[in-house]
Amino acid sequence: MTGYELKGIPAEACRDLLRDMIRIRVLEERCAELYAASKIRGFLHLYIGEEAVATGVMHALDSDDSVLATYREHGHALLKGIPATGIMAEMFGRSTGCSGGRGGSMHLFDAATRFYGGNAIVGGHLPLAVGLGLADQVAGNDRVTVCFFGEGAMAEGEFHEALNLAALWNLPVLFCCENNRYAMGTSLETSESQVDLALKAAAYAIPAWSVDGMDVLEVARATKRARSMITGGGGPVFIEFQTYRFRAHSMFDPDLYRDPAEIETWKERDPVVTFAGWAIEQSLLTGDDVEALWDAARDEVTAAVIAADEAPLEPVSSLLDHVTATTEEVSS
Amino acid sequence: MTGPEVETTYREAMRDAIREALATDDRVIVLGEDVADYGGTYAVTKGLHEEFGRDRVRNTPLSESGFVGAGIGAALGGLRPIVEIMTVNFSLLALDQIVNTAATLRHMSGGQFHVPLVIRMTTGAGRQLAAQHSHSLEGWYAHVPGLKVIAPATASDARWMLPTALADPNPVILFEHNALYGEHGSIDPVGGPVDITQAAIRRSGNDVSIIAWAGMVHKAMAAAAVLADQGVDAEVIDLRSLRPLDADTLAESVARTHHAVVVDEGWLTAGLNAEIAALITERCFWTLDAPVRRLASAEVPIPYAQHLEEHAIPQVDDIVAAVNRLVRDGV
Ligand SMILES: Cc1ncc(C[n+]2csc(CCOP(=O)(O)OP(=O)(O)O)c2C)c(N)n1
Repeated sequence: MTGYELKGIPAEACRDLLRDMIRIRVLEERCAELYAASKIRGFLHLYIGEEAVATGVMHALDSDDSVLATYREHGHALLKGIPATGIMAEMFGRSTGCSGGRGGSMHLFDAATRFYGGNAIVGGHLPLAVGLGLADQVAGNDRVTVCFFGEGAMAEGEFHEALNLAALWNLPVLFCCENNRYAMGTSLETSESQVDLALKAAAYAIPAWSVDGMDVLEVARATKRARSMITGGGGPVFIEFQTYRFRAHSMFDPDLYRDPAEIETWKERDPVVTFAGWAIEQSLLTGDDVEALWDAARDEVTAAVIAADEAPLEPVSSLLDHVTATTEEVSS
Repeated sequence: MTGPEVETTYREAMRDAIREALATDDRVIVLGEDVADYGGTYAVTKGLHEEFGRDRVRNTPLSESGFVGAGIGAALGGLRPIVEIMTVNFSLLALDQIVNTAATLRHMSGGQFHVPLVIRMTTGAGRQLAAQHSHSLEGWYAHVPGLKVIAPATASDARWMLPTALADPNPVILFEHNALYGEHGSIDPVGGPVDITQAAIRRSGNDVSIIAWAGMVHKAMAAAAVLADQGVDAEVIDLRSLRPLDADTLAESVARTHHAVVVDEGWLTAGLNAEIAALITERCFWTLDAPVRRLASAEVPIPYAQHLEEHAIPQVDDIVAAVNRLVRDGV
């Protein structure tokens, strides 16, 4: 646990990181229950086990940075600043949802916090990140566009097109590969000729390295380093975060392709539990502090569920809204 | 505002439109394969990189999905990209970005985002380029809510539809038929942007409405001239906008002529021609004197050999014959 050897981490920062990992964990566990209760429908992909990645990355960003993620994005959306109420209401298909009930679990969006989805075509949002980076470069904005994707996306052509463009044009984009070792039921070894993903990305002549994605401090540190390399014209960076999902791919997946022992081995490295344990051991937090974080997260999510349950549905008369924009709409 | 008309070509008119956009709006960039030094596959953007620099007239690698997606992202980020895809044939490599991303973002985000983007590409057959370089797939794009699809058929529209498309807050797919680039026409150099949702009546007539777009407009006009000599007074409608369709103009015309022929360079089965025929039947059933006729390409990949290609695509003679049968024999 190399990152935990980091000395001098203030208790406050430690608490913030743990708080956000716990918030994601609680949100996701509640989502699973609500899916079983048929409150949430469609595809639902949980981030349980991977919390250290989104948390560490998000804590190293500026609030003005742009973020794009996959359909496994509830945690990223939450930490970018979309309130749990907006996320939950979206999954309930309500009008108060952050996408007005049009998107659901896989398509959370928020213009105010520069959260560009919630994208469910594997690899499809990587070129989008390139374009956002280009717009910032042209405008002289000091912003970074951060793009999360699974290792499965690295087999898609769009990954290669996007990395090539970003490198060629020296764009301020951070590519964050969340390598949880499986794309649905397909393991990395059976889908990639080169399983050293950083090496693969480095072929595009961009700085690329691999990080322990179960260690939130390592993730945050690597992201800070990457961000400082990118800003000021340094061009794109690729980081592979090695992580693991503890749950099945989606609620439809019977998870037949993994050895249960493998899952148990990874669970021993549960990023939330291990970090909390370390913080207590280091006397940065007390057991009561940690309990308080769990309680607060439960309260937050419970309030979101209650609000979502009470929220109105979009009227059917609005069915055809938001297909195309009018000039008046976008200039207001 | 109008000024004295000047003679130009479709290609130059389109270039002038792009030049004006680059000159008047800092947010406009041109992205595409070989748009700079090469001058664009069909020489539309020729020289613009020298005027505006390589950052604004930006060559991309061969990566249709990548640079179309980058255009979408840049539009989200505040730019007004004009993305050039060499031809509609290669746009199939970017279908994912166009259909799954550009067309959906506004809706999926509950109206929070919009994608002000113009994607230009050539379309059409007729140059013996064989099956992989002769597609007319604009009807596919016209199928998709969230997109606008236009097809300027005249030099004047090439000049004046682009500004409207660029001002539109939505993704606009702009089709340029490959046979039109050398087409001469007179344009009003200060004419100003035109409504891109309206069809244009290119020739007024009383006996039949011939409905066409892009390259077929010119064949329809040639057919109308022949028909006039034969005593048939044809009206020619240039759709210009394939999505949305200007149903009112079509219905108004057919209600007067009582006969309709749709001419499509795409295939017949499930083509845009079918949509138009259905629309006319729904709107004008009781005023039609005969069934709506459709002329479209033969159900075959476009062949290389000149005579075969000619037979595969609707020609002036085919239109003349079809109209005569319709107005004289009612079939
Ligand atoms: C282009 C495309 N192909 C297939 C799918 C179906 N699909 C959804 S998620 C997924 C696995 C992706 O795995 P990975 O990129 O590693 O991300 P993870 O789900 O592990 O987070 C697949 C194949 C899709 N959504 N898009």
